[in-house]
Amino acid sequence: MSQTNLLTTTSPHVHDGDSVANVMEAVIWALMPATAMAVMIFGWTALLVILITTLSCLVTEHLFLKLRKRPSAVADRSAALTGLLLALTLPPHSPWWMCVAGGVFAILVGKQVYGGLGYNMFNPALIARVFLLISFPAQMTAWPAVNPLFSEQAYSLGDSIAIIMTGQSSAPELADAVSTATPLGQYRTETGMGKTVQDAMGGKYTGYDEVRAASGLIGGSLGETSALLLAAGGIYLLRKKVITWHIPVTMFAGCLVPATIFWTFDPAHYPDPVFHLLTGGLVIGAFYMATDMVTSPITVKGQIIFGLGCGLLTYLIRTWSGYPEGVSFAVVLMNAVVPLIDQYTRPRAYGQVA
Amino acid sequence: MLGSFHGGVHPHGNKGMASHKAIEPLPMPQRLYVPLHQHAGQPCDPCVTVGQKVLKGEEIGRSDAWVSTPIHAPTSGTVVGIEEYPAGHPSGLTMLTVVIDPDGEDRWSDSIAGIADPMNAEPAVIQERIRWAGIVGLGGAVYPSFIKMTPPKGKKVETLLINGAECEPYLTSDERVMVERAKETIAGIEIMMHTLPTSKCVIGIEDNKPEAIKAMTEAARSYNGIRVQPMPAMYPQGARQQLVEAITGKQVPSGARLVDIGLLVHNVTTAYSIYEAVVHGKPLITRVVTVSGRGIAKPANLETLLGTPIRNLIDHCGGMKPGVRKVILGGPMMGLAVDNLDVPVVKGIAGVLALLQNEIVDKPEQPCIRCGRCVQACPMSLVPSEMAWRAKVNQLDVMPELHLNDCIECGSCGFVCPSNIPLVQYFRYAKLAIQADRRAQKKLDMDKARTKAKAARVEQEKLEKERQKEAMKAAMAARKKAAAEAAPAEAAPAAPAAPATETVAAAVATDAAPVAEGAAALSDAESKAARAARAAQAARAARAAKAAKEQA
Ligand code: SF4
Ligand code: SF4
Repeated sequence: MSQTNLLTTTSPHVHDGDSVANVMEAVIWALMPATAMAVMIFGWTALLVILITTLSCLVTEHLFLKLRKRPSAVADRSAALTGLLLALTLPPHSPWWMCVAGGVFAILVGKQVYGGLGYNMFNPALIARVFLLISFPAQMTAWPAVNPLFSEQAYSLGDSIAIIMTGQSSAPELADAVSTATPLGQYRTETGMGKTVQDAMGGKYTGYDEVRAASGLIGGSLGETSALLLAAGGIYLLRKKVITWHIPVTMFAGCLVPATIFWTFDPAHYPDPVFHLLTGGLVIGAFYMATDMVTSPITVKGQIIFGLGCGLLTYLIRTWSGYPEGVSFAVVLMNAVVPLIDQYTRPRAYGQVA
Repeated sequence: MLGSFHGGVHPHGNKGMASHKAIEPLPMPQRLYVPLHQHAGQPCDPCVTVGQKVLKGEEIGRSDAWVSTPIHAPTSGTVVGIEEYPAGHPSGLTMLTVVIDPDGEDRWSDSIAGIADPMNAEPAVIQERIRWAGIVGLGGAVYPSFIKMTPPKGKKVETLLINGAECEPYLTSDERVMVERAKETIAGIEIMMHTLPTSKCVIGIEDNKPEAIKAMTEAARSYNGIRVQPMPAMYPQGARQQLVEAITGKQVPSGARLVDIGLLVHNVTTAYSIYEAVVHGKPLITRVVTVSGRGIAKPANLETLLGTPIRNLIDHCGGMKPGVRKVILGGPMMGLAVDNLDVPVVKGIAGVLALLQNEIVDKPEQPCIRCGRCVQACPMSLVPSEMAWRAKVNQLDVMPELHLNDCIECGSCGFVCPSNIPLVQYFRYAKLAIQADRRAQKKLDMDKARTKAKAARVEQEKLEKERQKEAMKAAMAARKKAAAEAAPAEAAPAAPAAPATETVAAAVATDAAPVAEGAAALSDAESKAARAARAAQAARAARAAKAAKEQA
């Protein structure tokens, strides 16, 4: 007689045990060192930006699914990851309402209107960043000087709350702080005015050198800072097989190969590849943004094309467009052609003659 | 590169529970339930009657179809029933089964005798013996072996590949056969090489079975042309196409037969069975079954009479521990989960597994996150994620482009899917739905042809009637005329009656015949397809109901 306690679901009956939540969690863990570093460098404001953004994502996801009477998917950690990634693309002094707007936009417009996780075309964090960049250009490009936590110039927790919540602070140095530019921005503005790279970098802006850039002691958005820690997290993801090398490596190549070529021929007007690698969002983009599974190609061949495209577009935008930073736009643009890439890079099935 | 194929996964082998357990015979069960369909192809018809006494090895079922093999009595005893009985079938269907009560004497039929000098026997004699013995592919495909052992005219098998990969986790029956019966197995291989004929044989064994590799290498030492090839353990290495790719580096062209590229693959236990049949005259009435899983108290490898209910095997191994969630016929990657322990062991079942909750997948399906792991895992280089979502929305017309039919249902994709999508289930559904569509189309075409033929017939009949009328009129007129003219001449014969009607009918009949045959051959698949369609319908209804509820 049949026993009802026995399942009769189809094969395979065993599984490697990995889950969506595991994957998302691994990425969150991989981002932790860089996140901690961001908080160290920028102080409490950074922590507030991260918390507010992530919470907005989680709450939006939860409420939306509840309204649609769907099971809550907060447990799959994808909303938390979106929030963290978005926060890391924001300036350290982002006002609270911008964080909230970004978080809500990322989940609602970036993901849920498409039908939820797995159906979205664009990376939700990046599409939200692009939205903020277009809507609030001033706030999105206000780069305070670095004020490491526990250092003399550090803001107190109270000051930090005031900065994020009201945009005001009793701290006198705030006014100066907002005036600095990121190295990429600096390069764009200065070379735009006819100066050579050396003049641009060596002259007015003195904050840039490779070591400081790599370790993160330099202005920029939260997650653009510590290339080293971001790369360490990326390598952790590679080793855990959460991501494969194809997208990061080809994205680096897509940006750095043309950078090297132009720099070799005209170092006066084109910054060196190390500069491109260490400043801006290339590292976080290559390891964490472009590799977003939902919005990148599914086949290896496709991933290589996609990575190259992301890198190349990044270089093009950085060098010849009106925007100093191109990673977000590049990845979002490439996201849009993923269905096409997928269609043309289907693997040759076993036993089919080429 | 030797020993590798595209894709593949590394499931935990879990072989340690049973791999060191020597094969032991399972005590004679009280009653045997021998299904008459244990092979690919046509089922057998019973050739015994209820109440009849049978001897061990006597044929109890046979079929006239080419793709079929006989079924034999596993022991001596009395046929107490020929009836529908539960079978290890995906939908819990029953199957015509010969029920035998053993008499305890286990007496062989007198006709059992080996072929005296097989290495000098005609290939045809050995082929017939393999057919008679009911030997089928014991790796799970259960395709009649004699057909594979009879290469089509003009084709030559260059290399015989013997599949000792046993890549399914938990299963150790092939391994034990190789370790304990290496000599006999190699002798079987030699007979196969003589029969085909071919002078080259490669035995592929995964390197997680060092004992088997050692025993087989040892046994093959004195034979020229037989080579043991260790291969890195990887699932599904034992699948035909993957074994070929791993050993020869070649891929079998889609739609081609192995023999077209000069190869042939047989399972290692099949080779042993061929030895038993040819040398000792024994038909296939037992097989080694691995009973394992964390839900089994004392895992073992049991020499089991075909027709033994799996309950007997489990009980012999100390019974099931509490908390067993799945009982599986076969391996955990491709086997069938059953909820009925009365189903009998048949030729294709290499294992009976009882798995606990922590060994199985039992998580809700989540949306595909396009991680691409299934694509990387697929040994057939397909795109499982895309095939699945297209199947879900019933876009069946693109399936040929995605090569759905090349999917071997190995389960590698489902094994790695972090969203627990039952991918294989979608593929099975899509395959059946496409088959059903195709049959419906065929039927439509046939109906059309029939309607057309009928219209033609009606037309012909009308014409004929008119012609007859004319003829009659003519005759009458002639007669009248003749009478009038008083001339005794007979009327000219009427215009030839059109035989066309018959021709059309005959043409329709001959047209319809092969179609009808095809339909009969597919009737099993048809009922499956119908069931799948029904299941799909039910699923759709359930989804609709759920959606309605969500909306409310
Ligand atoms: S079940 Fe089919 S699609 Fe999935 S991995 Fe195996 S062959 Fe590929
Ligand atoms: S493994 Fe599962 S989640 Fe990943 S792409 Fe394939 S179907 Fe989608």
